[in-house]
Amino acid sequence: MVEVAFFAGAIGALGGAIAVIGLRNPFYSVLALVVHLVSLAGLFLLLYAEFVAAAQIVVYAGAVMVLYLFVAAYVGNIDEPLWEPIPGQRLIAPLLGLALFVELSIAVLGTALKTLESEGPEIASGFGSPAAIGELLLEDFLIAFEAASLLLLLAAVGAVVLAGRRPDPDALGEPDPEGANR
Amino acid sequence: MDVSWYLVLSALLFSVGAFGVLVRRSPLVILLCLELMLNSANLAFLAFARSLGDQDGQIMAMMVMVVAACEVVVGLGLIVAMYRRRLPLDVDEARELHG
Repeated sequence: MVEVAFFAGAIGALGGAIAVIGLRNPFYSVLALVVHLVSLAGLFLLLYAEFVAAAQIVVYAGAVMVLYLFVAAYVGNIDEPLWEPIPGQRLIAPLLGLALFVELSIAVLGTALKTLESEGPEIASGFGSPAAIGELLLEDFLIAFEAASLLLLLAAVGAVVLAGRRPDPDALGEPDPEGANR
Repeated sequence: MDVSWYLVLSALLFSVGAFGVLVRRSPLVILLCLELMLNSANLAFLAFARSLGDQDGQIMAMMVMVVAACEVVVGLGLIVAMYRRRLPLDVDEARELHG
């Protein structure tokens, strides 16, 4: 049963990931990423990470993806050839991707960690629940928690500064009938 | 399921993301591929948290999600700013640092 759930989640995650880089329309790529994220949340549930899975669905597949969809719709459809005209890239890029996968797999499976060959220890009930995670965040990892809130604030301010509409320098001090209701 | 399955899947997803960053030219899709890589790292964190029976890895995954959200917000802000200034939305064209 666990195997079926794992392979269903793995196929969903992998298919979503391949669709993200394979589809030409950025709008469809974003939708494929939603599939990827929801499958990954299922895998997180298999790993007893209930709270992270819920946050993944709400924050990622919900909020962040809506942001992406708005920007994809705002920028519009960009016609982009899947392969760029760098000579040899058609050959080199898949080779590099494959080499990275092989290398990571060797690094992971080549370690003599005994924990890798088992499911892991028995898990107490409440492992990864919101209560446990909240307690850890507010007690052991309070500084990281506060730093994360500061980082989010900075990112929000930065995005407003980056993408905000600047007043036109030429039109300063002159009546601007069209821009009156900006 | 052995934890090594999750780790191999995480490596595979990370490679797909890195391949996408190498291949695609639209900055929006490159941001999506960065998300793929960050999420594969999250999967590895959670797999190790499960295999060690320790919840600290899950906290780390939450922090990765926070950083990913910040990265998305700033990256999308840059894309909107590029679009407003009529710059080409193509990472091969936008490679000069002049204001």
